[in-house]
Amino acid sequence: MTRKLLALSLLLSACMLWFSTPTMAAGSEEDKTSFIMHHVKDSHEWHFATIGHTHVTLPLPVIVYSGDRGLEFFMSTDFQNHDTHAFGKEYSHEGYFIDEHDHLGRVDEGSFLELSITKNVVMLFLVLAFLAWMALSAASHYKKNGAVAPKGTAALIEPIVIFVRDEIAEKSIGPKYKKFVPYLLTLFLFIWFGNLLGLLPGAANLTGNIAVTFTLAILTFIITNVNGNKDYWKHVFATPGVPPAMLLIIVPVEIIGLFTKPFALMVRLFVAITAGHIVILGFIALAFIFESYAIGIVSTLMVTFINLIELLVATIQAYVFTLFSAMYIGSAVAEHAHDH
Amino acid sequence: MDLITPGTGLIFWQLIGFLGLLFILIKFAWKPMLEALEERESSIENALKSAEIARNEMANLKAENEKLLAEARKERDEILAKAHESSNRMIEEAKEEATKAGNQMIEKAKAVIDTEKKAALAEVKTQVATLTLEVSEKLLRKNLSDDKAQKELVDEFVNDLKLN
Repeated sequence: MTRKLLALSLLLSACMLWFSTPTMAAGSEEDKTSFIMHHVKDSHEWHFATIGHTHVTLPLPVIVYSGDRGLEFFMSTDFQNHDTHAFGKEYSHEGYFIDEHDHLGRVDEGSFLELSITKNVVMLFLVLAFLAWMALSAASHYKKNGAVAPKGTAALIEPIVIFVRDEIAEKSIGPKYKKFVPYLLTLFLFIWFGNLLGLLPGAANLTGNIAVTFTLAILTFIITNVNGNKDYWKHVFATPGVPPAMLLIIVPVEIIGLFTKPFALMVRLFVAITAGHIVILGFIALAFIFESYAIGIVSTLMVTFINLIELLVATIQAYVFTLFSAMYIGSAVAEHAHDH
Repeated sequence: MDLITPGTGLIFWQLIGFLGLLFILIKFAWKPMLEALEERESSIENALKSAEIARNEMANLKAENEKLLAEARKERDEILAKAHESSNRMIEEAKEEATKAGNQMIEKAKAVIDTEKKAALAEVKTQVATLTLEVSEKLLRKNLSDDKAQKELVDEFVNDLKLN
Protein backbone atom coordinates (compact mmCIF):
# COMPACT_ATOMS: atom_id res chain seq x y z
CA MET A 1 0.00 0.00 0.00
CA THR A 2 2.70 2.44 1.04
CA ARG A 3 4.78 1.48 -1.97
CA LYS A 4 1.84 2.06 -4.29
CA LEU A 5 1.16 5.44 -2.71
CA LEU A 6 4.78 6.44 -3.09
CA ALA A 7 4.86 5.31 -6.71
CA LEU A 8 1.63 7.19 -7.44
CA SER A 9 2.91 10.30 -5.72
CA LEU A 10 6.16 10.14 -7.67
CA LEU A 11 4.26 9.69 -10.90
CA LEU A 12 2.06 12.66 -10.16
CA SER A 13 5.03 14.81 -9.31
CA ALA A 14 6.75 13.73 -12.51
CA CYS A 15 3.58 14.65 -14.44
CA MET A 16 3.63 18.08 -12.86
CA LEU A 17 7.26 18.49 -13.86
CA TRP A 18 6.55 17.35 -17.38
CA PHE A 19 3.55 19.64 -17.81
CA SER A 20 5.52 22.58 -16.55
CA THR A 21 8.59 22.00 -18.70
CA PRO A 22 7.72 23.90 -21.91
CA THR A 23 6.51 26.97 -20.07
CA MET A 24 9.65 27.18 -18.04
CA ALA A 25 12.21 26.08 -20.55
CA ALA A 26 12.87 29.55 -21.76
CA GLY A 27 12.64 32.93 -20.13
CA SER A 28 14.12 34.99 -17.40
CA GLU A 29 14.68 33.95 -13.76
CA GLU A 30 11.37 35.56 -12.83
CA ASP A 31 9.46 33.56 -15.44
CA LYS A 32 10.85 30.38 -13.98
CA THR A 33 9.11 30.99 -10.66
CA SER A 34 6.16 33.12 -11.70
CA PHE A 35 4.05 30.02 -12.31
CA ILE A 36 4.09 29.42 -8.55
CA MET A 37 2.12 32.54 -7.71
CA HIS A 38 0.05 32.08 -10.83
CA HIS A 39 -1.01 28.66 -9.60
CA VAL A 40 -1.63 29.76 -6.04
CA LYS A 41 -3.85 32.71 -7.02
CA ASP A 42 -7.27 32.66 -8.60
CA SER A 43 -7.57 33.20 -12.36
CA HIS A 44 -10.16 34.06 -15.00
CA GLU A 45 -9.17 31.05 -17.06
CA TRP A 46 -8.04 27.56 -16.15
CA HIS A 47 -4.63 27.02 -17.63
CA PHE A 48 -3.57 23.37 -17.69
CA ALA A 49 -0.50 23.29 -19.88
CA THR A 50 1.36 24.94 -22.70
CA ILE A 51 2.66 22.50 -25.26
CA GLY A 52 4.92 24.32 -27.65
CA HIS A 53 2.80 27.36 -28.51
CA THR A 54 -0.55 25.67 -27.89
CA HIS A 55 -2.20 26.70 -24.64
CA VAL A 56 -4.41 24.05 -23.08
CA THR A 57 -6.89 26.16 -21.17
CA LEU A 58 -10.48 26.11 -20.06
CA PRO A 59 -12.08 29.49 -20.90
CA LEU A 60 -14.33 30.64 -18.10
CA PRO A 61 -17.29 33.03 -17.93
CA VAL A 62 -16.71 36.55 -16.67
CA ILE A 63 -19.80 37.90 -14.93
CA VAL A 64 -19.99 41.56 -13.93
CA TYR A 65 -22.69 43.49 -12.16
CA SER A 66 -22.67 47.27 -12.16
CA GLY A 67 -25.27 49.76 -11.03
CA ASP A 68 -25.44 51.52 -14.38
CA ARG A 69 -25.11 48.56 -16.77
CA GLY A 70 -26.75 45.70 -14.82
CA LEU A 71 -25.65 42.10 -15.11
CA GLU A 72 -23.28 41.28 -18.00
CA PHE A 73 -21.79 38.00 -19.19
CA PHE A 74 -18.52 37.60 -21.12
CA MET A 75 -15.98 34.86 -21.66
CA SER A 76 -12.37 35.07 -20.49
CA THR A 77 -11.28 34.64 -24.12
CA ASP A 78 -12.90 38.02 -24.90
CA PHE A 79 -10.19 39.73 -22.89
CA GLN A 80 -7.05 38.04 -24.12
CA ASN A 81 -4.69 37.78 -27.03
CA HIS A 82 -5.84 34.77 -29.02
CA ASP A 83 -2.30 33.59 -29.72
CA THR A 84 -0.48 34.14 -26.46
CA HIS A 85 -3.53 33.83 -24.18
CA ALA A 86 -2.14 36.84 -22.34
CA PHE A 87 -4.44 39.25 -20.55
CA GLY A 88 -3.77 42.97 -20.79
CA LYS A 89 -5.31 46.38 -20.68
CA GLU A 90 -5.01 46.59 -24.46
CA TYR A 91 -7.44 43.68 -24.96
CA SER A 92 -10.44 45.49 -23.50
CA HIS A 93 -13.92 44.31 -24.39
CA GLU A 94 -17.22 46.21 -23.95
CA GLY A 95 -15.65 48.63 -21.50
CA TYR A 96 -13.92 46.00 -19.37
CA PHE A 97 -10.44 44.59 -19.38
CA ILE A 98 -8.40 42.04 -17.46
CA ASP A 99 -4.90 43.32 -16.73
CA GLU A 100 -1.70 41.28 -16.76
CA HIS A 101 -2.18 40.46 -13.05
CA ASP A 102 -5.51 38.77 -13.91
CA HIS A 103 -7.43 41.73 -12.41
CA LEU A 104 -10.78 42.71 -13.89
CA GLY A 105 -11.02 46.46 -14.45
CA ARG A 106 -13.37 48.98 -16.01
CA VAL A 107 -12.06 51.26 -18.70
CA ASP A 108 -14.07 54.25 -17.42
CA GLU A 109 -13.06 53.39 -13.84
CA GLY A 110 -16.69 53.12 -12.70
CA SER A 111 -17.67 50.82 -9.82
CA PHE A 112 -18.75 47.24 -10.46
CA LEU A 113 -19.15 43.92 -8.69
CA GLU A 114 -17.41 40.91 -10.10
CA LEU A 115 -19.22 37.57 -9.93
CA SER A 116 -17.11 35.66 -12.45
CA ILE A 117 -16.90 31.90 -12.57
CA THR A 118 -13.16 31.86 -12.00
CA LYS A 119 -10.84 28.85 -11.78
CA ASN A 120 -11.48 28.56 -8.06
CA VAL A 121 -15.26 28.83 -8.55
CA VAL A 122 -15.13 25.90 -11.00
CA MET A 123 -12.98 24.04 -8.49
CA LEU A 124 -15.53 24.94 -5.82
CA PHE A 125 -18.34 23.47 -7.92
CA LEU A 126 -16.31 20.30 -8.45
CA VAL A 127 -15.66 19.96 -4.73
CA LEU A 128 -19.31 20.65 -3.92
CA ALA A 129 -20.49 18.10 -6.51
CA PHE A 130 -18.02 15.51 -5.25
CA LEU A 131 -19.01 16.12 -1.66
CA ALA A 132 -22.74 16.08 -2.45
CA TRP A 133 -22.38 12.82 -4.38
CA MET A 134 -20.33 11.30 -1.57
CA ALA A 135 -22.70 12.29 1.23
CA LEU A 136 -25.90 11.56 -0.67
CA SER A 137 -24.78 8.12 -1.79
CA ALA A 138 -23.71 7.41 1.77
CA ALA A 139 -27.09 8.58 3.06
CA SER A 140 -28.95 6.48 0.51
CA HIS A 141 -27.35 3.39 2.04
CA TYR A 142 -29.10 4.16 5.33
CA LYS A 143 -32.37 4.98 3.57
CA LYS A 144 -32.30 1.66 1.73
CA ASN A 145 -31.02 -0.60 4.48
CA GLY A 146 -31.99 1.15 7.69
CA ALA A 147 -29.71 1.19 10.68
CA VAL A 148 -27.27 -1.53 9.62
CA ALA A 149 -23.50 -1.76 9.27
CA PRO A 150 -22.19 0.69 6.63
CA LYS A 151 -20.92 -0.29 3.17
CA GLY A 152 -19.37 1.57 0.26
CA THR A 153 -19.29 5.35 0.61
CA ALA A 154 -21.27 5.03 3.85
CA ALA A 155 -18.34 3.08 5.31
CA LEU A 156 -16.04 5.96 4.33
CA ILE A 157 -18.28 8.77 5.54
CA GLU A 158 -19.59 7.12 8.69
CA PRO A 159 -16.34 7.13 10.71
CA ILE A 160 -15.94 10.81 9.81
CA VAL A 161 -19.52 11.53 10.86
CA ILE A 162 -18.96 9.75 14.16
CA PHE A 163 -15.58 11.42 14.67
CA VAL A 164 -16.97 14.91 14.03
CA ARG A 165 -20.03 14.24 16.16
CA ASP A 166 -18.29 12.61 19.14
CA GLU A 167 -14.75 13.98 19.14
CA ILE A 168 -15.34 17.49 17.82
CA ALA A 169 -18.95 18.54 18.38
CA GLU A 170 -19.84 16.78 21.61
CA LYS A 171 -16.52 17.39 23.35
CA SER A 172 -16.18 21.06 22.37
CA ILE A 173 -19.80 22.22 22.45
CA GLY A 174 -21.31 20.22 25.27
CA PRO A 175 -24.91 19.13 25.70
CA LYS A 176 -26.32 21.34 22.92
CA TYR A 177 -24.00 19.88 20.26
CA LYS A 178 -26.61 18.15 18.14
CA LYS A 179 -27.81 21.31 16.42
CA PHE A 180 -24.32 22.11 15.12
CA VAL A 181 -23.22 18.68 13.92
CA PRO A 182 -24.50 19.12 10.32
CA TYR A 183 -22.65 22.42 9.91
CA LEU A 184 -19.43 21.05 11.38
CA LEU A 185 -19.68 17.93 9.24
CA THR A 186 -20.18 19.90 6.05
CA LEU A 187 -17.36 22.24 7.05
CA PHE A 188 -14.94 19.42 7.82
CA LEU A 189 -15.68 17.48 4.64
CA PHE A 190 -15.63 20.58 2.45
CA ILE A 191 -12.23 21.69 3.75
CA TRP A 192 -10.83 18.17 3.72
CA PHE A 193 -11.93 17.31 0.20
CA GLY A 194 -11.02 20.82 -0.95
CA ASN A 195 -7.52 20.38 0.47
CA LEU A 196 -7.09 16.91 -1.01
CA LEU A 197 -8.48 17.71 -4.44
CA GLY A 198 -6.38 20.87 -4.48
CA LEU A 199 -3.26 18.67 -4.25
CA LEU A 200 -4.03 17.02 -7.58
CA PRO A 201 -1.81 18.26 -10.41
CA GLY A 202 -3.55 21.00 -12.36
CA ALA A 203 -6.17 21.52 -9.68
CA ALA A 204 -6.92 24.95 -8.27
CA ASN A 205 -5.81 26.11 -4.83
CA LEU A 206 -9.38 26.47 -3.54
CA THR A 207 -9.06 26.07 0.22
CA GLY A 208 -5.85 28.09 0.13
CA ASN A 209 -7.75 31.05 -1.27
CA ILE A 210 -8.48 33.77 1.22
CA ALA A 211 -11.98 34.40 -0.15
CA VAL A 212 -12.95 30.82 0.64
CA THR A 213 -11.43 30.78 4.11
CA PHE A 214 -12.93 34.22 4.72
CA THR A 215 -16.43 32.96 3.84
CA LEU A 216 -16.10 29.87 6.01
CA ALA A 217 -14.75 31.92 8.92
CA ILE A 218 -17.63 34.40 8.54
CA LEU A 219 -20.14 31.53 8.68
CA THR A 220 -18.58 30.28 11.90
CA PHE A 221 -18.58 33.84 13.23
CA ILE A 222 -22.30 34.26 12.43
CA ILE A 223 -23.27 30.89 13.88
CA THR A 224 -21.23 31.58 17.02
CA ASN A 225 -22.71 35.01 17.72
CA VAL A 226 -26.29 34.20 16.69
CA ASN A 227 -26.26 31.35 19.18
CA GLY A 228 -24.47 33.34 21.89
CA ASN A 229 -26.37 33.12 25.18
CA LYS A 230 -26.59 35.54 28.10
CA ASP A 231 -23.38 34.27 29.70
CA TYR A 232 -21.46 34.77 26.47
CA TRP A 233 -22.52 38.40 25.98
CA LYS A 234 -22.16 39.11 29.67
CA HIS A 235 -18.62 37.87 29.41
CA VAL A 236 -17.98 40.28 26.56
CA PHE A 237 -19.68 43.42 27.85
CA ALA A 238 -19.57 42.96 31.62
CA THR A 239 -16.75 40.55 32.22
CA PRO A 240 -17.38 39.02 35.64
CA GLY A 241 -14.80 39.58 38.33
CA VAL A 242 -13.29 42.68 36.66
CA PRO A 243 -13.38 46.07 38.46
CA PRO A 244 -15.61 48.61 36.61
CA ALA A 245 -12.67 50.84 35.73
CA MET A 246 -10.88 47.95 34.08
CA LEU A 247 -13.94 47.26 31.93
CA LEU A 248 -12.95 50.28 29.83
CA ILE A 249 -9.96 48.27 28.68
CA ILE A 250 -11.38 44.76 28.91
CA VAL A 251 -14.56 45.36 26.90
CA PRO A 252 -12.79 46.65 23.77
CA VAL A 253 -10.35 43.74 24.06
CA GLU A 254 -13.23 41.30 24.31
CA ILE A 255 -14.96 42.90 21.33
CA ILE A 256 -11.77 42.70 19.30
CA GLY A 257 -11.54 39.09 20.49
CA LEU A 258 -14.87 38.32 18.82
CA PHE A 259 -13.31 39.20 15.47
CA THR A 260 -9.82 37.83 15.99
CA LYS A 261 -11.22 34.32 16.39
CA PRO A 262 -12.68 34.05 12.86
CA PHE A 263 -9.71 36.06 11.56
CA ALA A 264 -7.37 33.42 12.96
CA LEU A 265 -9.49 30.70 11.35
CA MET A 266 -9.34 32.46 8.00
CA VAL A 267 -5.59 33.08 8.05
CA ARG A 268 -4.60 29.68 9.43
CA LEU A 269 -6.24 27.64 6.68
CA PHE A 270 -5.22 30.08 3.93
CA VAL A 271 -1.59 30.12 5.00
CA ALA A 272 -1.26 26.40 5.66
CA ILE A 273 -2.64 25.34 2.29
CA THR A 274 -1.09 28.10 0.21
CA ALA A 275 2.30 27.56 1.83
CA GLY A 276 2.10 23.84 1.06
CA HIS A 277 1.38 24.55 -2.59
CA ILE A 278 4.18 27.10 -2.76
CA VAL A 279 6.67 24.66 -1.24
CA ILE A 280 5.73 21.92 -3.70
CA LEU A 281 5.91 24.26 -6.67
CA GLY A 282 9.09 25.78 -5.31
CA PHE A 283 10.81 22.40 -5.38
CA ILE A 284 9.57 21.89 -8.93
CA ALA A 285 10.87 25.35 -9.88
CA LEU A 286 14.34 24.39 -8.63
CA ALA A 287 14.73 22.02 -11.55
CA PHE A 288 14.13 24.86 -14.01
CA ILE A 289 16.23 27.39 -12.19
CA PHE A 290 19.25 25.10 -12.14
CA GLU A 291 18.33 23.47 -15.47
CA SER A 292 19.73 20.19 -14.18
CA TYR A 293 18.40 16.64 -14.32
CA ALA A 294 20.08 15.77 -11.01
CA ILE A 295 18.27 18.60 -9.26
CA GLY A 296 15.12 17.48 -11.06
CA ILE A 297 15.38 14.01 -9.55
CA VAL A 298 16.10 15.36 -6.08
CA SER A 299 13.30 17.89 -6.31
CA THR A 300 10.90 15.20 -7.52
CA LEU A 301 11.76 13.14 -4.46
CA MET A 302 11.29 16.18 -2.26
CA VAL A 303 7.96 16.98 -3.95
CA THR A 304 6.84 13.43 -3.23
CA PHE A 305 7.83 13.84 0.38
CA ILE A 306 6.10 17.23 0.72
CA ASN A 307 3.03 15.80 -1.02
CA LEU A 308 2.80 13.15 1.67
CA ILE A 309 3.13 15.81 4.33
CA GLU A 310 0.45 17.82 2.54
CA LEU A 311 -1.92 14.85 2.78
CA LEU A 312 -1.42 15.06 6.51
CA VAL A 313 -1.74 18.87 6.54
CA ALA A 314 -4.94 18.64 4.49
CA THR A 315 -6.50 16.49 7.20
CA ILE A 316 -5.06 18.39 10.13
CA GLN A 317 -6.20 21.76 8.80
CA ALA A 318 -9.71 20.46 8.15
CA TYR A 319 -9.74 19.08 11.69
CA VAL A 320 -8.34 22.25 13.23
CA PHE A 321 -10.75 24.57 11.42
CA THR A 322 -13.70 22.39 12.47
CA LEU A 323 -12.42 21.95 16.01
CA PHE A 324 -11.89 25.67 16.54
CA SER A 325 -15.29 26.46 15.01
CA ALA A 326 -16.81 23.98 17.45
CA MET A 327 -14.91 25.51 20.36
CA TYR A 328 -16.06 29.04 19.48
CA ILE A 329 -19.64 27.82 19.18
CA GLY A 330 -19.15 25.90 22.42
CA SER A 331 -18.02 29.03 24.26
CA ALA A 332 -21.11 30.85 22.98
CA VAL A 333 -23.66 28.25 24.06
CA ALA A 334 -22.01 27.05 27.29
CA GLU A 335 -24.21 27.66 30.32
CA HIS A 336 -21.34 28.69 32.57
CA ALA A 337 -18.56 29.81 30.31
CA HIS A 338 -16.17 30.76 33.11
CA ASP A 339 -16.11 30.19 36.83
CA HIS A 340 -14.35 33.26 38.15
CA MET B 1 -5.93 38.38 -8.82
CA ASP B 2 -4.47 39.16 -5.44
CA LEU B 3 -3.25 36.66 -2.93
CA ILE B 4 -4.54 38.27 0.25
CA THR B 5 -7.51 40.29 -1.03
CA PRO B 6 -10.63 38.15 -1.10
CA GLY B 7 -12.29 38.26 -4.52
CA THR B 8 -15.95 39.24 -4.45
CA GLY B 9 -16.90 36.63 -7.05
CA LEU B 10 -15.38 33.77 -5.13
CA ILE B 11 -16.93 34.96 -1.86
CA PHE B 12 -20.32 35.14 -3.57
CA TRP B 13 -20.10 31.68 -5.14
CA GLN B 14 -18.53 30.17 -2.06
CA LEU B 15 -21.34 31.52 0.11
CA ILE B 16 -24.09 30.36 -2.24
CA GLY B 17 -22.44 27.03 -2.99
CA PHE B 18 -21.55 26.19 0.57
CA LEU B 19 -24.93 27.20 1.99
CA GLY B 20 -26.70 25.31 -0.82
CA LEU B 21 -24.61 22.24 -0.09
CA LEU B 22 -25.23 22.66 3.63
CA PHE B 23 -29.01 22.76 3.18
CA ILE B 24 -29.08 19.85 0.73
CA LEU B 25 -26.85 17.74 2.93
CA ILE B 26 -28.72 18.59 6.14
CA LYS B 27 -31.99 17.56 4.55
CA PHE B 28 -30.91 14.56 2.50
CA ALA B 29 -27.68 13.32 4.03
CA TRP B 30 -26.87 14.32 7.59
CA LYS B 31 -30.36 14.02 9.01
CA PRO B 32 -31.02 10.47 7.78
CA MET B 33 -27.43 9.46 8.55
CA LEU B 34 -27.36 10.84 12.06
CA GLU B 35 -30.78 9.39 12.76
CA ALA B 36 -29.76 5.98 11.45
CA LEU B 37 -26.58 6.15 13.51
CA GLU B 38 -28.47 7.04 16.64
CA GLU B 39 -30.99 4.32 15.96
CA ARG B 40 -28.24 1.80 15.50
CA GLU B 41 -26.39 2.98 18.57
CA SER B 42 -29.51 2.78 20.69
CA SER B 43 -30.38 -0.65 19.31
CA ILE B 44 -26.88 -1.88 20.09
CA GLU B 45 -27.13 -0.36 23.54
CA ASN B 46 -30.51 -1.99 24.07
CA ALA B 47 -29.20 -5.32 22.85
CA LEU B 48 -26.26 -5.07 25.24
CA LYS B 49 -28.56 -4.07 28.06
CA SER B 50 -30.98 -6.90 27.42
CA ALA B 51 -28.07 -9.33 27.17
CA GLU B 52 -26.89 -8.07 30.54
CA ILE B 53 -30.38 -8.46 31.95
CA ALA B 54 -30.65 -11.97 30.52
CA ARG B 55 -27.26 -12.82 31.98
CA ASN B 56 -28.31 -11.53 35.37
CA GLU B 57 -31.56 -13.47 35.13
CA MET B 58 -29.65 -16.60 34.22
CA ALA B 59 -27.37 -16.09 37.19
CA ASN B 60 -30.39 -15.51 39.43
CA LEU B 61 -32.09 -18.61 38.10
CA LYS B 62 -28.97 -20.63 38.64
CA ALA B 63 -28.59 -19.35 42.16
CA GLU B 64 -32.25 -20.05 42.81
CA ASN B 65 -31.95 -23.53 41.38
CA GLU B 66 -28.97 -24.21 43.55
CA LYS B 67 -30.84 -22.90 46.54
CA LEU B 68 -33.78 -25.11 45.73
CA LEU B 69 -31.51 -28.07 45.24
CA ALA B 70 -29.78 -27.44 48.54
CA GLU B 71 -33.12 -27.10 50.25
CA ALA B 72 -34.36 -30.30 48.69
CA ARG B 73 -31.22 -32.07 49.75
CA LYS B 74 -31.59 -30.78 53.27
CA GLU B 75 -35.23 -31.81 53.38
CA ARG B 76 -34.37 -35.27 52.11
CA ASP B 77 -31.73 -35.63 54.78
CA GLU B 78 -34.17 -34.49 57.40
CA ILE B 79 -36.83 -36.92 56.21
CA LEU B 80 -34.34 -39.74 56.16
CA ALA B 81 -33.16 -38.89 59.65
CA LYS B 82 -36.71 -38.68 60.86
CA ALA B 83 -37.61 -42.01 59.25
CA HIS B 84 -34.57 -43.60 60.78
CA GLU B 85 -35.41 -42.22 64.15
CA SER B 86 -39.07 -43.25 63.98
CA SER B 87 -38.22 -46.77 62.81
CA ASN B 88 -35.76 -47.09 65.67
CA ARG B 89 -38.36 -45.85 68.04
CA MET B 90 -40.94 -48.26 66.66
CA ILE B 91 -38.57 -51.18 67.02
CA GLU B 92 -37.74 -50.03 70.49
CA GLU B 93 -41.40 -49.69 71.36
CA ALA B 94 -42.25 -53.05 69.84
CA LYS B 95 -39.49 -54.65 71.81
CA GLU B 96 -40.65 -53.01 74.99
CA GLU B 97 -44.22 -54.01 74.37
CA ALA B 98 -43.23 -57.56 73.57
CA THR B 99 -41.24 -57.79 76.76
CA LYS B 100 -44.09 -56.32 78.67
CA ALA B 101 -46.62 -58.69 77.11
CA GLY B 102 -44.34 -61.68 77.78
CA ASN B 103 -43.88 -60.68 81.37
CA GLN B 104 -47.57 -60.22 81.80
CA MET B 105 -48.26 -63.62 80.27
CA ILE B 106 -45.68 -65.22 82.50
CA GLU B 107 -47.16 -63.51 85.49
CA LYS B 108 -50.67 -64.55 84.53
CA ALA B 109 -49.52 -68.11 84.01
CA LYS B 110 -47.80 -68.03 87.37
CA ALA B 111 -50.99 -66.73 88.97
CA VAL B 112 -53.07 -69.46 87.30
CA ILE B 113 -50.57 -72.07 88.33
CA ASP B 114 -50.70 -70.72 91.84
CA THR B 115 -54.49 -70.80 92.05
CA GLU B 116 -54.54 -74.27 90.42
CA LYS B 117 -51.99 -75.39 92.93
CA LYS B 118 -53.95 -73.91 95.75
CA ALA B 119 -57.20 -75.47 94.47
CA ALA B 120 -55.49 -78.85 94.07
CA LEU B 121 -54.01 -78.63 97.50
CA ALA B 122 -57.41 -77.62 98.88
CA GLU B 123 -59.00 -80.55 97.10
CA VAL B 124 -56.33 -82.93 98.32
CA LYS B 125 -56.88 -81.59 101.80
CA THR B 126 -60.66 -82.07 101.56
CA GLN B 127 -60.10 -85.51 100.00
CA VAL B 128 -57.70 -86.47 102.78
CA ALA B 129 -60.12 -85.09 105.30
CA THR B 130 -63.00 -87.04 103.77
CA LEU B 131 -60.92 -90.17 103.53
CA THR B 132 -59.72 -89.79 107.06
CA LEU B 133 -63.28 -89.33 108.14
CA GLU B 134 -64.41 -92.42 106.21
CA VAL B 135 -61.49 -94.44 107.50
CA SER B 136 -62.12 -93.30 111.02
CA GLU B 137 -65.83 -94.03 110.59
CA LYS B 138 -65.18 -97.56 109.33
CA LEU B 139 -62.55 -98.06 111.95
CA LEU B 140 -64.91 -96.98 114.56
CA ARG B 141 -67.56 -99.27 113.16
CA LYS B 142 -65.25 -102.33 113.18
CA ASN B 143 -63.83 -101.44 116.48
CA LEU B 144 -67.14 -102.12 117.81
CA SER B 145 -66.96 -105.86 116.97
CA ASP B 146 -63.50 -107.27 117.51
CA ASP B 147 -59.95 -106.89 116.93
CA LYS B 148 -60.01 -109.27 114.12
CA ALA B 149 -62.72 -107.54 112.51
CA GLN B 150 -60.93 -104.31 113.07
CA LYS B 151 -57.91 -105.65 111.32
CA GLU B 152 -60.01 -106.89 108.46
CA LEU B 153 -61.57 -103.58 108.16
CA VAL B 154 -58.28 -101.81 108.04
CA ASP B 155 -57.11 -104.19 105.43
CA GLU B 156 -60.23 -103.72 103.52
CA PHE B 157 -59.76 -100.00 103.66
CA VAL B 158 -56.22 -100.24 102.70
CA ASN B 159 -57.25 -102.28 99.75
CA ASP B 160 -59.90 -99.81 99.00
CA LEU B 161 -57.29 -97.10 99.17
CA LYS B 162 -55.13 -98.99 96.80
CA LEU B 163 -58.02 -99.39 94.50
CA ASN B 164 -58.51 -95.70 94.59
